[in-house]
Amino acid sequence: MTSTPLIEVKNLKQYFPIKTGLFKTEYLKAVDDVSFSIDEGETLGLVGESGCGKTTVGRTLLRLYEPTAGEVLFHGVPVTKNNIHGMRQKMQMVFQDPYSSLDPRMTVEDIIGEPLDVHHLYSNKSERREKILTLMEYVGLNAEHATRYAHEFSGGQRQRIGIARALAVNPKFIVCDEPVSALDVSIQAQVINMFEELQEKLGVAYLFIAHDLLVVHHISKRIAVMYLGKIVETGTADDVNYTPIHPYTESLMSAVPIPDPDYTRSRHRIVLQGDVPSPLRMPSGCPFRTRCRYACAQCAKEMPPLTDRGNGHMVACWVK
Amino acid sequence: MNLRIRRDENGNPKKSPFSVQMDLSKFNSAMFEKATDEEKSQQDVMSESTTFFKDGMRKLFKNPLAVGSIIVLSLILLIIIFAPLFVPYRYEEILSVNGVRDKGAKNLAPFTYSKLEQQYIEAGGTRFPHIFGTDEQCRDYFIRVIYGTRVSLVVGFFASIIVLIIGMLYGSISGYLGGKVDLVMMRIVDIIYSLPDMLIIILLSVVLQTILQFTPGSFLDSLGTNMISLFIVFGLLYWVGMARLIRGQILSIKQNEYILAAKSIGAPTGRIITRHILPNCLSVIIISTALQIPSAIFTESYLSFVGLGVQAPMPSLGSLANSARGGLQSNSYKLLFPALMICLIVLSFNLLGDGLRDAFDPKLRK
Repeated sequence: MTSTPLIEVKNLKQYFPIKTGLFKTEYLKAVDDVSFSIDEGETLGLVGESGCGKTTVGRTLLRLYEPTAGEVLFHGVPVTKNNIHGMRQKMQMVFQDPYSSLDPRMTVEDIIGEPLDVHHLYSNKSERREKILTLMEYVGLNAEHATRYAHEFSGGQRQRIGIARALAVNPKFIVCDEPVSALDVSIQAQVINMFEELQEKLGVAYLFIAHDLLVVHHISKRIAVMYLGKIVETGTADDVNYTPIHPYTESLMSAVPIPDPDYTRSRHRIVLQGDVPSPLRMPSGCPFRTRCRYACAQCAKEMPPLTDRGNGHMVACWVK
Repeated sequence: MNLRIRRDENGNPKKSPFSVQMDLSKFNSAMFEKATDEEKSQQDVMSESTTFFKDGMRKLFKNPLAVGSIIVLSLILLIIIFAPLFVPYRYEEILSVNGVRDKGAKNLAPFTYSKLEQQYIEAGGTRFPHIFGTDEQCRDYFIRVIYGTRVSLVVGFFASIIVLIIGMLYGSISGYLGGKVDLVMMRIVDIIYSLPDMLIIILLSVVLQTILQFTPGSFLDSLGTNMISLFIVFGLLYWVGMARLIRGQILSIKQNEYILAAKSIGAPTGRIITRHILPNCLSVIIISTALQIPSAIFTESYLSFVGLGVQAPMPSLGSLANSARGGLQSNSYKLLFPALMICLIVLSFNLLGDGLRDAFDPKLRK
């Protein structure tokens, strides 16, 4: 029996209008025709360089932006403008910057309690407090922190507060938008382990957006690689990491720092030439062809479709 | 990930000769003892949780100018609240002794009595002193200044509140919705900004005089149509500055991720504005309201001075200063009292506003 995936994204497009002249409007294709699915309790890692549309995918999933085209299915039910309020109890988000994602005028108790307030998830004050304290315990915060303000905490603790807020409605799915990139390395490990523990305990699925490939490999079951608003490669974490096929993924993986000088000296680093093209003026065909070593005539004509290279390893490339 | 770590013959990771890392092989667990609970608790530094408001107040009370103006303002408040309880005269009362109108009590100097009053005192009666003397219509001047201050403060306070409420609603809607709505709303603000306020006040008070009918003796009636039109003009015109300020604040606060977080939680727009955006621009709102009060008092005073203020016999600081103009050469001190009062109030509020700004908005500090 093949069950319906928890989250299914079909041909999602998100174009932002940019006024380039007095009457001229161009569209910035932040996310262009992206499809993927996430099973219950699974983690999909989404990687790519800055500005490739990772965050936009996450935010569009939660309808923080109205998508230009495409649909998002939650348990086979399309997420629309009308049912999003209820859906927000099942889908939540953890934000990138723990310093600006918490309201500086609210106590920790109120920050974590806000989702409970909005969705009326308690019948009286003591039940609210009890729920908040349980959540704080989940993420490893002390009960006496409840009356404090966000500025009194370190980055790692702030991120824990943000995670507790996302967990408050007991969601099935959490978009983690670079949740550890603002933290220092020792704290990153703690927070990532906490994400894994929570997944085991609560069975939530994650869309884990990051640009740290080691982190993504560690936490994800599957990885999707984005370049200029398109998914160019997707597969299991090991497949993408050890046997990358798409030339972009290849160069990305060769850039992962490995703390072993001998190995680093011996390995071949693929350095990409040129800059990322402006998403306003996307190259025809494959978006990566302007920097690709293998680019051929066909690449300029048509965008290669994602094709299966075995074991669910999908790659969008004409050449490889 | 394949990590190749060089190891020595025992299988332990090999150390670089330049490494300053401690050699852990020299230690074993017997050399350490566990920290007791007491020792652990010494590491917990739990300072008193300080809120934004408490912190701001602490800074405010360190500013001598702000503390001085708070003292001056509270003294003025105490005097205008309690003085009418002790002074046996009313602001519109023409002085009389034993039911006989005291015609000699005209333009008395401070702490002097008229002939009639002196006779009364010599006969064994007691008479409350005229602290500021009397005016040319034989009314006690002190109580008139007190009531004038009351009127001016009330006008300043309520005008600022009107400005605050309208400006806050308008500015937050415009700033939050943004886009085309913001564009249209801000052009309306620009148009209102360009209207000459003085002209509108004069025209409105003339128009309102014929339209508005109050029941005689009511509070609105004693304020007079000029004052009502002043309030209306404040409500119509002066909110634009506040609206612009709050719109700007909201535009910048809107960019913060915690607003996005509230949206992703599913918080409705009204909740986002009242719970997240407004508390975060509260300091700016408090400061500009504190600075709005003296400007409203000043406007009221000079409108009263040119004869567009409160209806006689209700005094206001501006109308008192105006009537003192007549006897400027003989009784110059009569101009001094209301003028000094205006100066004190306006100066104190301005200094307090500056102090509030320094305490609550560190970004604005030089």
